[in-house]
Amino acid sequence: MGVEGIGARVARKEDKRFLTGKGHYTDDMAVPGMRYAAFVRSPHAHARIRSIDVSQAEDMPGVVGVLTGREMLDDGIGNLICGWMIHSKDGSPMKMGAWRPIAHETVRYVGDAVAIVVADSVGEARDAAEAVAVDYEVLPAVTDTVAALEDGQPQLHPEAPNNLIYDWQIGDGAAVDAALAAAAHVTEMRIVNNRLAPNPMEPRAALGIYDAGEDHYTCYTTSQNPHVARLVMSAFYNVAPENKLRVIAPDVGGGFGSKIYIYPEEISCLWASKRTGVPVKWTCDRTEAFLTDAHGRDHVSTVKMAFDADHRIIGLKVDTIANFGAYMSLFSAAVPTYLYATLLSGQYDIPAIHANVRAVYTNTVAVDAYRGAGRPEATYLLERTMETAARELGLSPAELRRINFIRTFPHQTPVIMNYDAGDYEASLKAAMAEADWDGFPARKAEAASRGKKRGIGMSCYIEACGIAPSAAVGSLGAGVGLWESAEVRVNAVGTIEVLTGSHSHGQGHETTFAQLVADRFGVPIDSVSIVHGDTDKVQMGMGTYGSRSGAVGMSAVVKALDKVEAKAKKIAAHLMEADESDIVIENGALKVAGTDKSVPWFQMALAAYTAHNLPAGMEPGLKEGAFYDPSNFTFPAGCYICEVEVDPETGKTEIVQFVAADDFGNIINPMIVEGQVHGGLAQGIGQALLEGVHYDRETGQLLTASYMDYAMPRADDLPSFKVSHQVTPCPNNPLGIKGCGEAGAIGSPPALINAITDAIGNNDLDMPATPQKVWAAARAAAN
Amino acid sequence: MSRVAMTVNGRKVSRECEDRTLLVHFLRDHLSLTGTHVGCDTSQCGACVVYMDGRAVKSCTILAAQAAGSEILTIEGLAAGGDLHPVQAAFKANHGLQCGFCTPGMVMSAVDMINRYGADLDEKTVRENLEGNICRCTGYHNIVKAILAAAQEMGAAGRQAAE
Repeated sequence: MGVEGIGARVARKEDKRFLTGKGHYTDDMAVPGMRYAAFVRSPHAHARIRSIDVSQAEDMPGVVGVLTGREMLDDGIGNLICGWMIHSKDGSPMKMGAWRPIAHETVRYVGDAVAIVVADSVGEARDAAEAVAVDYEVLPAVTDTVAALEDGQPQLHPEAPNNLIYDWQIGDGAAVDAALAAAAHVTEMRIVNNRLAPNPMEPRAALGIYDAGEDHYTCYTTSQNPHVARLVMSAFYNVAPENKLRVIAPDVGGGFGSKIYIYPEEISCLWASKRTGVPVKWTCDRTEAFLTDAHGRDHVSTVKMAFDADHRIIGLKVDTIANFGAYMSLFSAAVPTYLYATLLSGQYDIPAIHANVRAVYTNTVAVDAYRGAGRPEATYLLERTMETAARELGLSPAELRRINFIRTFPHQTPVIMNYDAGDYEASLKAAMAEADWDGFPARKAEAASRGKKRGIGMSCYIEACGIAPSAAVGSLGAGVGLWESAEVRVNAVGTIEVLTGSHSHGQGHETTFAQLVADRFGVPIDSVSIVHGDTDKVQMGMGTYGSRSGAVGMSAVVKALDKVEAKAKKIAAHLMEADESDIVIENGALKVAGTDKSVPWFQMALAAYTAHNLPAGMEPGLKEGAFYDPSNFTFPAGCYICEVEVDPETGKTEIVQFVAADDFGNIINPMIVEGQVHGGLAQGIGQALLEGVHYDRETGQLLTASYMDYAMPRADDLPSFKVSHQVTPCPNNPLGIKGCGEAGAIGSPPALINAITDAIGNNDLDMPATPQKVWAAARAAAN
Repeated sequence: MSRVAMTVNGRKVSRECEDRTLLVHFLRDHLSLTGTHVGCDTSQCGACVVYMDGRAVKSCTILAAQAAGSEILTIEGLAAGGDLHPVQAAFKANHGLQCGFCTPGMVMSAVDMINRYGADLDEKTVRENLEGNICRCTGYHNIVKAILAAAQEMGAAGRQAAE
């Protein structure tokens, strides 16, 4: 692998600029004449706008312009859309209500934008925003996931009667009903997956620059997929044609899904820049982020799992209601359907599965993909149910899982997925050994002597990464293809630029993508630059989400490297008068195998560009591109074990150990992969122990709108993690890699809740397991 | 508007700014020192930590006018002309950062912590002292590791200098 090749723990190339304060985030950008935007936002969860009076605001100091949704409508700016079509089981298309970037008739959640103010300073823009007088007719609101479907509830969109967006199903309902009827045992549960705020540390921001001379727009934005942003803003929102719109996502401070979507604010800044004639920058503050960033999860489900007398699962029935908030965000429709219900087989051989999913509107901010997106919800439901079933059946949780593991591959589940490779037993075994599972009873007894309740829980997760292939996802309703692009440019001096449509916002692409090149050509990674995040530099790409950058983005790079290698070998063979098939590339040189003849890499590159001595008919230069469309999803899987101590006096849970054993296939940089697992675990543990978005049921006010109210995981809430890898290479991509970005957040919540419920002897506990809830549940169990 | 003067990273500066300007915005918007970040509006996240007269402070909680006449050290000045400060180097070696947004504040808090506790830092103390800095990417695992490694190295270097 070499010191910088595939598998090496290379320290990151990008770190220096971040460590020295030289990163370039969107809010760091400044251009001549730039002014600042503030949005006027609805203080009501549901209201009709009677009138908007901007006259006082327009006269405020420093104000350049105050613009409303009516003017935006007049300029032909389109509605925000959901890019994935789902059909209900009756064949009707999903009911998408109109979402205006700036509302002019009705506001549907607290934070909905109603006007944009542009002024000389942020302070002046905010002062003027407060002076915009909006006359609202306040309407009743509904925020609760289940209540939204009940009779007599407030109705959000005329397009969606009873707030129902779709009523979708997958699997064979009759087969599952027969299995339930014939079962020796049925485990039933109601599972709530709590609503979360993604909270990347960099708040969203946008800088819109309109160049009147060229009739051209530039948008700096905090995006995980600038090319998709350009496509959507051009094709659907009518901001500008693609050739007149450049989108740049520079350094981006975390995303976790919430920066996939195209939000009203970047559209508004671009439009306002043309309207006012000045570059317009908006940076949200944290409360605004809580109010307007797409949230995650928010499912309420019931599940029935049927077992035969040998403890084999013979059927699984799931009913889920998913809260979509007030509008359908870009990916929302796919999350509780093709990213959730298709994973309900987990690691188990289940002959019959049926899932029914209803998506509903509520007077809350939009809900969309957040780290894991559907797969954490499926895993939590399945792994809580497995642990509960093991307790009911009197089996060890490991034994019940072993009885039901899928052991031969490929494996076709009853819910679309075809698992290509895996070894679930290997991860289970590794995790149990690392956790010293067998020593738990002694540790529990020791904890009891100190008055503490100790518990242990496990979770065996599977996920599907690198959504693909494009034709298949298109047939399931996706509005885009999910391939990736790459271009490899070898310069005349031998240095290399790799252009990728993937986007790095913490994942370390500048290092790992360079490792692929170092591995292939033996050149130092410092001679390789990774270019991403700018639609003027990279022609097209699909961005980074769903753990797709490795499996899909890197595979595209490999394809382009194949082409570069083939041409480089032809040039070298010609220079050395050797046969092309005898050329090998090692340590930055092209050599004739079995001889001492060689040409340094840079000399071959120079020859490509001088073109003085190339093979007959060969074009000068050395630059190759590729598009890669995967043939299948990838299927990372693993086993997590969590051990806790609960203080029955206070209900406080301490995580005493957390073990993660993951199979991500082949690994490019173990240090970075471990970091991804650590971060995912922290978010999953946050969901299970600390985090939860709460809206007031009556008024729809967001009660958790700051770090004083929303409990983010802090360093002293978490332990150090024990992480290991088991490897079954993915057979469907050239590098054999599966993806690692979401696993931690997917596998950890059920392991933690299984551990706490084991400790307190009460299985009736919903996330987040706050001390108050745990204390009450422990007391209920004791009495 | 008022004129505010202070010393930032060893350089004397003076700028006209609105009276309500916070120190963090003075640094970012008036001095183009954009390494100091704003991650919240309730003094919780710590992305804005700088040194004011040798003490670690959250620059989102101090008016620029309150910092008039003081000595400010930001992330840009930490390495003092060198390549990387030992804490910065330890963050890199231990992969203590991902998206990099909380990193400047984390590093400034870590330096302050090591100055206060020396090489005797243990994991529990590091985790407790990071209470005022939020990271969403790393799960803190490698940040803790980096701070412990830097404390060891700085402690050893300190002892060598003393001998």
